[in-house]
Amino acid sequence: MGGSLTKPAILIAVIYLILKFVVPNIPGSAPLPSSLIFLYLMLTTAGIVIFATMSGESKDAFWGPIQRFLTGENIGALQAARYAVLILFPLLVGWQTYGSTAVSDQPPAENRTIHPAPPGEYTGLSNPVAKTPENIMQGKGFYAAFCSPCHGGNFDGKGPAARGFNPPPANFRRSDNHRDVAGKLLCSGASRRAASGLPIEGMPWKSAMPRWEVELPDEWIWKIIMGEYDGAHQSPRTWE
Amino acid sequence: MRHQGGLIRRMLRTLSGHGGWLPGLLLAAGCLALPAVGLAAEGATAGPTEYRDIPGIGSRNLVWIIAQLHLLLAGFVLGVPIFAWLCEVVGWKTGEKRYDKLAKEFTKLLTSSYATTALFGGILLFLLVAFYPKLMNYLTDIFFPSFIVYCLLFLLETATLYLYWYGWDAMQDGGKKTFHIFLGLLLNVFAFFIMIVPNSWATFQASPVVIAEGTDLQRAWAATWNPTWWPVNIHRLIANVVLGGYICGAYAGIRYLSARTPEDRDHYDWMGYVGNFIGVFGLLPLPFAGYWLMREIYQYNQQMGITLMGGFLSWLFILQAMLIGVLFLGSNYYFWLGITHRIPGSEMRYRKPIMTMLVILLLCLGVWMTPHSLVASLEEARKMGGTHHPLLGVFGVMSAKMTVSNLMILVTFMSFIMYWRAGKEETAGWAKAAKALMSGLLVVAGIAVVVLGVWGYFVPAIVRINYFSTSQVLIVLFVMLTITPLTALLLKSAKTTTEMVWGRMPPRAGYALVLNAIMVILLMTLMGYARSSSRVHWHIYGVMRDSSQYAYSPALGYAAAFMALNTFCFCMLVAFIFWVATMGDKAKAGHGGKGELPHGMPAMAGGSSALDAPETRKF
Repeated sequence: MGGSLTKPAILIAVIYLILKFVVPNIPGSAPLPSSLIFLYLMLTTAGIVIFATMSGESKDAFWGPIQRFLTGENIGALQAARYAVLILFPLLVGWQTYGSTAVSDQPPAENRTIHPAPPGEYTGLSNPVAKTPENIMQGKGFYAAFCSPCHGGNFDGKGPAARGFNPPPANFRRSDNHRDVAGKLLCSGASRRAASGLPIEGMPWKSAMPRWEVELPDEWIWKIIMGEYDGAHQSPRTWE
Repeated sequence: MRHQGGLIRRMLRTLSGHGGWLPGLLLAAGCLALPAVGLAAEGATAGPTEYRDIPGIGSRNLVWIIAQLHLLLAGFVLGVPIFAWLCEVVGWKTGEKRYDKLAKEFTKLLTSSYATTALFGGILLFLLVAFYPKLMNYLTDIFFPSFIVYCLLFLLETATLYLYWYGWDAMQDGGKKTFHIFLGLLLNVFAFFIMIVPNSWATFQASPVVIAEGTDLQRAWAATWNPTWWPVNIHRLIANVVLGGYICGAYAGIRYLSARTPEDRDHYDWMGYVGNFIGVFGLLPLPFAGYWLMREIYQYNQQMGITLMGGFLSWLFILQAMLIGVLFLGSNYYFWLGITHRIPGSEMRYRKPIMTMLVILLLCLGVWMTPHSLVASLEEARKMGGTHHPLLGVFGVMSAKMTVSNLMILVTFMSFIMYWRAGKEETAGWAKAAKALMSGLLVVAGIAVVVLGVWGYFVPAIVRINYFSTSQVLIVLFVMLTITPLTALLLKSAKTTTEMVWGRMPPRAGYALVLNAIMVILLMTLMGYARSSSRVHWHIYGVMRDSSQYAYSPALGYAAAFMALNTFCFCMLVAFIFWVATMGDKAKAGHGGKGELPHGMPAMAGGSSALDAPETRKF
């Protein structure tokens, strides 16, 4: 095999190792899903192919060994490896295809819509409860009573009951997550009451959250939202 | 169905005694008449007919295919005159005949593609009137005055096209040429209005403005001037230039791959370069126009905006990122191949800058393609604490996407400038200062775009959308509008150190051109679906509900299959049009007497091509 293939192979291996083992161990990080690793590796491969085929010489240096190996032209002792690749590669593709189509006892991944559009009647809706320190404090009190068992006293999604849920309760301190949760609170509270259901595009909802809109008055829900934003040091996404 | 099947079998038995051709003929006639079964089905019900259907494919799917093909053909028919006219003007101004020849070559394609576009428009109209009578009645009621304007525009456009095409050879000298150029301008003006009038009908469906009082004209005008009309007009105008440029590139790529003589190779290599240049020229401002359109959609209706970019259609934007990414990579790859192959001895000199630009492009693309909600198994989602990754989740939001798209535009612009300057040595006394200024501008602009992008995470969305993102766009536009004329001035007095040689591009350059064109077509079919689906279950958003059996949004996989089908059909149609249009040329060439082909002419953005005899080179 030509030396010009060694560098690309090492580069792909290094990137894979970084994505698989280094990124997850950065503080505050988590393992990457395989779909994302695959995406980044594909980009790396595309980059390698583009750069390697920039000139006639570099293309020959890159593609030549692959071509010679696959055609078996003057590869000597690598002949056995060639047969192994020619046999194993189709088997690998077949196995992957079978694996992705065969019936499995694993529940399927659900790509439900995280940001369902709020119902039309809530366009331009503003908080009817005054934003006073008293109301915010009261909201935090309601939060402590109703929300913190799951979402945590520190608004970080690590309440005592959090371990029982998969996926875990949302962490309100994360700004991107927070915006979703603000939407969900509105939807699970006010809109469920008014529209008797979440927007269809947000299905399947499958949330373990209790239906607070039938338990709590609107005023309390608005106060909880204010208290939660204040406690998590976040601000809601504003309507224009 | 069983009853119908039995009937067909009985018919076949009855007719089998009359020879094989009769049953075949009758069956064919029966198949052709099959739609009548569906069309007549609802006609028998009481009350006015609201919908009709067609068995098998379904009315919505059929309209989807025809409308998309009509739109793509229209994009081609409106984009090519811009492309051809620009080439003609360049040829007229510089005196280079090959630009005029190129313009004529493409105008020739217009006549046949114009007729095909009109044909598909007619089919679409018939289908819409047949399948959606209630909706069409409503739209006719509102837009009747603009229907008349549209017909008039069509007449004017047709007459101008005939004059422009058939008068080409007769109007080559002096004042006649000026008049011909004027005709080309007129053709484009009419084409622009032909585009924006139907745009008003389609945008009205998404962002309707309905006034109850006033004359017919006032109602039509209010409906026409709806919030998304101008953003769509501008977006489509630029997109049509991109489509025209890349299709020209693909045509040149295919002809280049099949060229048998050095002259043909030179010509089609050069044509591919011009096509790619015009495609990139349009591609750079296109995301800005798209951003403006989305901004107006959000402004008009938050629900529609969220459905598109945060809701169930948001996955389309990841696919869009992937397609645009391939387009950016493909266009840059073609530029880079041009530098390393057309300018002898430049390979090592530009290797490092090319690698730097490639790495930046890939990093940006990696960010752009990272979805906010990741595709993950339950186990993976549990480990991440949801479908958002705690670290890389930051790449999934608009602040990151805007930043990387602006950086990719900057890098592509740099690629183009590098290509332009390759093989030249600036001789002006102020060249050093100008180059330092340009480098400084690029670096500062890149840093400013990144800083604004990162800062965007810490401000309210409205501040980011109204100020930060707009500033990013303005910064990039400023860079392009400053560096382009500066480079042109600098190169005016530059001396050519290495001649640019045409016809030496490797075959993969031709494939890259074809790939770019397919990406653009796929993009148009993808975003056509997005724009149409953003109305969800409304024919006219918030005004007229879709109460047909098709009042649901097709699943993304299903939609993707239709996008692929439409792209394939369009490519076949364009191939057919090209084949028909060039049939005569091939016959002429077969009888000897090839037309004048370009030799040794300086390129619009590159060195001259004083051609040596083609060398044997490794591609």
